[in-house]
Amino acid sequence: MIGTWVIAGITFREAARKKILWTALGAGVGFLLLFALALHFQIRDFDARSTSPFIRYQVLSAMMLVALYVVNLLAVLMTILTSVDSVSGEISSGTIQAIAMKPLPRWQILMGKWLGFAAMISAFVALTFGGTIGVAYLMAGVAPDNGLSGGLLVLLECLLALAMTFLFSTWFSTLTSGVIVIGLYGLAFMGGWLEQMSGFTESAKLVTIGIITSLIMPSEALWRRAAADMATPVAASLPFSPFANVSIPSDTMIAYAVVYLFVALAVGIYHFHVRDL
Amino acid sequence: MRKAYGGKVAVRNLSLAVRAGSIFGFLGPNGAGKSTSIKMLLGLVRPTSGAAIVLGAPAGDVETRRKIGFLPEHFRFYDWLTPAELLRFHAKLCGVAPAKLRERVPALLDLVGLTPHRDKRVGAFSKGMMQRIGLAQALIHEPEIVFLDEPTSGLDPMGRRLVRDVIRAQRDRGATVFLNSHLLSEVEITCDTVAFLKDGEVVAQRNLASFANSEVHVTAQARCLSADAMAGLARWTVSANLEGEKLSLVARSTEVLADILRHLVLAGAQVYSFTPGQASLEDLFVRIMGEDRGL
Repeated sequence: MIGTWVIAGITFREAARKKILWTALGAGVGFLLLFALALHFQIRDFDARSTSPFIRYQVLSAMMLVALYVVNLLAVLMTILTSVDSVSGEISSGTIQAIAMKPLPRWQILMGKWLGFAAMISAFVALTFGGTIGVAYLMAGVAPDNGLSGGLLVLLECLLALAMTFLFSTWFSTLTSGVIVIGLYGLAFMGGWLEQMSGFTESAKLVTIGIITSLIMPSEALWRRAAADMATPVAASLPFSPFANVSIPSDTMIAYAVVYLFVALAVGIYHFHVRDL
Repeated sequence: MRKAYGGKVAVRNLSLAVRAGSIFGFLGPNGAGKSTSIKMLLGLVRPTSGAAIVLGAPAGDVETRRKIGFLPEHFRFYDWLTPAELLRFHAKLCGVAPAKLRERVPALLDLVGLTPHRDKRVGAFSKGMMQRIGLAQALIHEPEIVFLDEPTSGLDPMGRRLVRDVIRAQRDRGATVFLNSHLLSEVEITCDTVAFLKDGEVVAQRNLASFANSEVHVTAQARCLSADAMAGLARWTVSANLEGEKLSLVARSTEVLADILRHLVLAGAQVYSFTPGQASLEDLFVRIMGEDRGL
């Protein structure tokens, strides 16, 4: 297992040097500043109008949830974009050859890379997700009910995207892998919204489509569960929003996403093990 | 071993034995399958059929790779590492003890002439410097066999000489060197044995020590050379050709040169000059591969 940790260490350092990570972190910080500014003006407005504490709490909580939703999108995209060339890029450039002939099984190489990126993504989610909650709490006194489980679900969504990116990049080029994973993420995103829309249209077929897309790619289901766990009743009642609790993914769906992640990782490891380098 | 990618056969019938402790040259034109062959021996590429034994274990065996070093044809690595960091990373993967690394890393940087550049990032390295650091990573764990795929490509004459010295030093410490190179002159002065790969198949294998004592090219100036005298040369020569007074022949060895000269004189030829010259590896390569094959 030493090889896994050696690879994980250098992958973490390699990932931490990527411009896309710092761009995403910069965007995250910029976003937090924007969020803080919006909270500041909203609170000043509430103070001027002597808004009732109930309305004040609901609106500020909804603003925090919107911010967490943006963090979720940013984290998933950052996961895909930073990791997409880690395997396929090193295969096409030949960098992997000097590593793959060292005395360590190939699964340790892929596992090490996955762990390195997982550590980097965990730090990113902790900073941006935790930062958003921290700003909301310090400035507005609001905090989600289940912030920790919500954050863990967002992290699970990122790790799922990471496993899928690794899976495809053992087969395809960097560009193709990126397009496939972002395409799948888009599919899940679309399915999730269709399912939310079903609450308005009362269409059972839309619910079915949403469930099928969640089974194909359960990323959006994880966010919707996180949002349902964290949302206030007012935010949850907003139709066509990322927080509407029209169709809340069950514990079974979360378990399915975990199994999905491990299966994707296992298939990626197997294919990396048998393929020519 | 055989390797096919779909309908395209990269290696048709690779069959060779490499003596432990020797420097083995693997020669062939572009596309002959040299790199694919090396990758199969390292376990990077799975053969379509057949198998190989490397250091007593099936090719690709994880534990055996602890005794194998490899310099890929185009060595690349994370460009933000310093050469010492790069070596330490590869050494860790090979299980080299940290205490040993403290001596080994500076010694190897010195060996490949990169000590003055030890604080640079490898991203700032020239192609030749990358080859040097690639060579150092292949040797970091003192392997029993080193596979070098075009180690001198991109190197200046000083760099090529350094690689030659490093290769000989490996043999001197008892390691086997498997050298894949286009530079026949380099191979000729470095290798003990060479194998020629053509269209994915080993078509010839030569011991260069005995090759040096065989097949001598001779250029002579002679008059009154009869057809019978020319025919009689076949006993000692591979080929003989007369154009006017210029006689060109390839003798089987230096030992028959006196017999050839005596034969010509006794046959009544007037010999004005008789100049033997060694056949080069390039001559042999061209003869085996055919004139129409480019390197």
